Amino acid sequence: MSGSNAAAAGRTGASFAAYARTAIGRGGIAIPFLIAFIALSIASPSFLRFQNLANILDQQAGIIIVACAGTLVLIAGGIDLSIGAIYGLAAATSLNVASSVSTPAGVVAGLAVGLAVGLANGVITTRFRVNPLIATLAMSFVVSGIAAIVTQGNLVVAFDHPDFQLFAATNIAGITSAAWMMIGTAIAATILLSRTTFGRYVYATGGNAEAARLGGVRVNGIRVATFALSGMAAGLAGVIDASRVLSAQASSGQFLTFTVLTGIIVGGTSILGGEGSMQRTVLGCLFVALVANGFNLLGLDPFYQQITLGVILLLAVALDAWTRRFD
Amino acid sequence: MVGGERVHLDVQGLGKSFGATRALDEVSVQIRAGSVHALVGENGAGKSTLGKIVAGVFPQDQGELILWGAPAMFRSPREALERGIALVAQEVALVPRSTVAENIFLGAEPRRAGFIDRRAMREQFERLAADAGFDLEADARVGRLPLAKQQQVEILRALARAAELIVLDEPTASLSAVEVERLHQVVRDLAAAGRTVLLVSHFLQEVLELADTITILRDGRVVRTGPATEETEASLIAGMLGRSVSRTYPPKRIPAADAPVALHVEGLQAPGVREASIDVRAGEIVALAGLIGAGRSELGRAIYGATRPTAGDVRLGERALSGTPGASIRDGVALIPESRKDDGLMPWRPVRENVSLASLTAMSRLGFLRSREERRRVGRALERVSGTSLLDVPAVTLSGGNQQKLMFARAILTTPRVLIADEPTRGVDVGAKRDLYELLVDLAADGMAVLLISNEMEEILGLAHRVYVMRGGVVAAELADDRLTEEAILGAAFGTAPAA
Repeated sequence: MSGSNAAAAGRTGASFAAYARTAIGRGGIAIPFLIAFIALSIASPSFLRFQNLANILDQQAGIIIVACAGTLVLIAGGIDLSIGAIYGLAAATSLNVASSVSTPAGVVAGLAVGLAVGLANGVITTRFRVNPLIATLAMSFVVSGIAAIVTQGNLVVAFDHPDFQLFAATNIAGITSAAWMMIGTAIAATILLSRTTFGRYVYATGGNAEAARLGGVRVNGIRVATFALSGMAAGLAGVIDASRVLSAQASSGQFLTFTVLTGIIVGGTSILGGEGSMQRTVLGCLFVALVANGFNLLGLDPFYQQITLGVILLLAVALDAWTRRFD
Repeated sequence: MVGGERVHLDVQGLGKSFGATRALDEVSVQIRAGSVHALVGENGAGKSTLGKIVAGVFPQDQGELILWGAPAMFRSPREALERGIALVAQEVALVPRSTVAENIFLGAEPRRAGFIDRRAMREQFERLAADAGFDLEADARVGRLPLAKQQQVEILRALARAAELIVLDEPTASLSAVEVERLHQVVRDLAAAGRTVLLVSHFLQEVLELADTITILRDGRVVRTGPATEETEASLIAGMLGRSVSRTYPPKRIPAADAPVALHVEGLQAPGVREASIDVRAGEIVALAGLIGAGRSELGRAIYGATRPTAGDVRLGERALSGTPGASIRDGVALIPESRKDDGLMPWRPVRENVSLASLTAMSRLGFLRSREERRRVGRALERVSGTSLLDVPAVTLSGGNQQKLMFARAILTTPRVLIADEPTRGVDVGAKRDLYELLVDLAADGMAVLLISNEMEEILGLAHRVYVMRGGVVAAELADDRLTEEAILGAAFGTAPAA
């Protein structure tokens, strides 16, 4: 019908916001990322050195792995605030098990801890219908407490087991195994989100949970799976960082949750669910890392770095809300 | 213009654009005081936009509003309200957890020494409700009320602010027949009391009955404004479409007498359904009629497995349905939900994902999507429903009619044998409505069993081969052939006629 097609084009203000949204979504984070990259290249001669870039990748490995899984959680309409706590517990656990049993056992133990907490998060938020914000916040206290008990509040070290360091710090083709694991995770997560039915169901669950349910999607199953993946990713990140420095502390993940969420949201994934992309999460995390790296290279006060990141996060959330105001 | 009457609001050369879309272009309308002035047009014609500008929801780009002879500019609905203009919106905007009275006086509570004066509030409420003839309880939680009652709350809210000009945007879109009649009475009473009503509506019969003056809009421009007595349904449609449409409903195609029963429901009990037994044969369009709250949507949802039946049997041919949406889709049942916004649409996801949602298994291998296959099938399904050809735009950018076509395309893609269509044309413009009616008839002709749930009497009479009337959660009557009349349906719905 020509009449109704003409009508399709003229639908109130929603279209304008939607255009803005699509444009921001596509270009989005790539522009500030490039600006930061070019600015740093000019301002600091040491920035473009291969070693500095490889260091950034190595240091960001854990963050980006957690952010990839966290993107799934956010798109499905949830949020996971317990990743920092899981990271700390997994790091301590893996180090303990690695030094008392073996490196592979340490790695498996760290992943298992993350998976278990993630599953618990998933069940609590779906089956018992606890708001994910509160559930995972509470869980982060529980897990941090357990980690403090496990470590008895001390720094756990395993300097006498250098083989555990091989897990994250082996140099392969110029970059560390941790960086390779990050690259592998990012590629796998990208494929999972954009090329599989699971990924599509994740979008649908966050886009409109009731529509997804009536469309035959097992919404609760999808949500549990995203929390489980998020937990496991936080576990892996903990193991990687414990392995890299052969030491771990229960509280070492306290800034991780903030950094990861900033990276995801700056990348354009909506805190309201239903939208986001893996590639942009990776760019978002790298952008945050560049800002931090820049502060270091330029020798600026790290307190300004915190303020800057906080403001960037607020701006990103405000932009998301603005483009959705006609929803 | 009728001489001697004052002009309440003079709209002069109004223009409004959203991005690249011209929603209103040089629109001039005079609204006389104490009249019921209707705006008609397809979705996207600009009638809601005009209503919203009048009520201060957003400002115009060009043109002027002259209120009682003086220029007026509203920067917010609040400013419009202060000048006596209130909007009762298409979608109710109430605080669900607050009570009826609290919602009505929200932001304008009677106060004493800074505290809300509950007794005064109650008294004012009782007076308002009695004047309007609404049967509402002051302390009921709004979220628990049926939509029709929520709308009454909205209207009382406008009256409580002493609004002189009330914009009603699609007020009857979600009401049952008896509630529509009651609302019509309210509109007449408002006009009789000297208030001005600007009525935005898709229902031409309603417009012809209520309005003194009708303005037809098409593509953001005024086609004409004239007295309602000079218009007919056909002349309005012709004006809205810019061409004449002879008939709204395609001819009925009676299914073969020996067509097998596709859907058999026996003794079904579920939330909102006390007991229901119905049959739908292949190729048949069977309607569920009844008042709001009679359990029609609830029956549809229970058959589909959206809610769990507590007793009874649903059979698809020889197979028993297992009662979850996923299983129903696999077994060949599709549901077009009552509210596409709440239960159907993923507003910010692209058209393609909205359509393919329920049939991804058929478009994937080992969990991996076959994108080309998806695009091909989605494109074909949208063609079948004469929907949009833009697969990658967010669903929220489409008109109501095109959004509804996405719901049909999603249902068709699952190749169902039984289609449960709950209010399939709600909030849909005339052109798309006609498309959807043709589609429903075509699908039935191809052997699909269609269960149509509708509040529109016309739609039921125009499409259904057979009608079950529900009342109070039970099937009160089954009507077909000569007995399928408006009187019989209403009689059974109200319980005034002996049940069959």
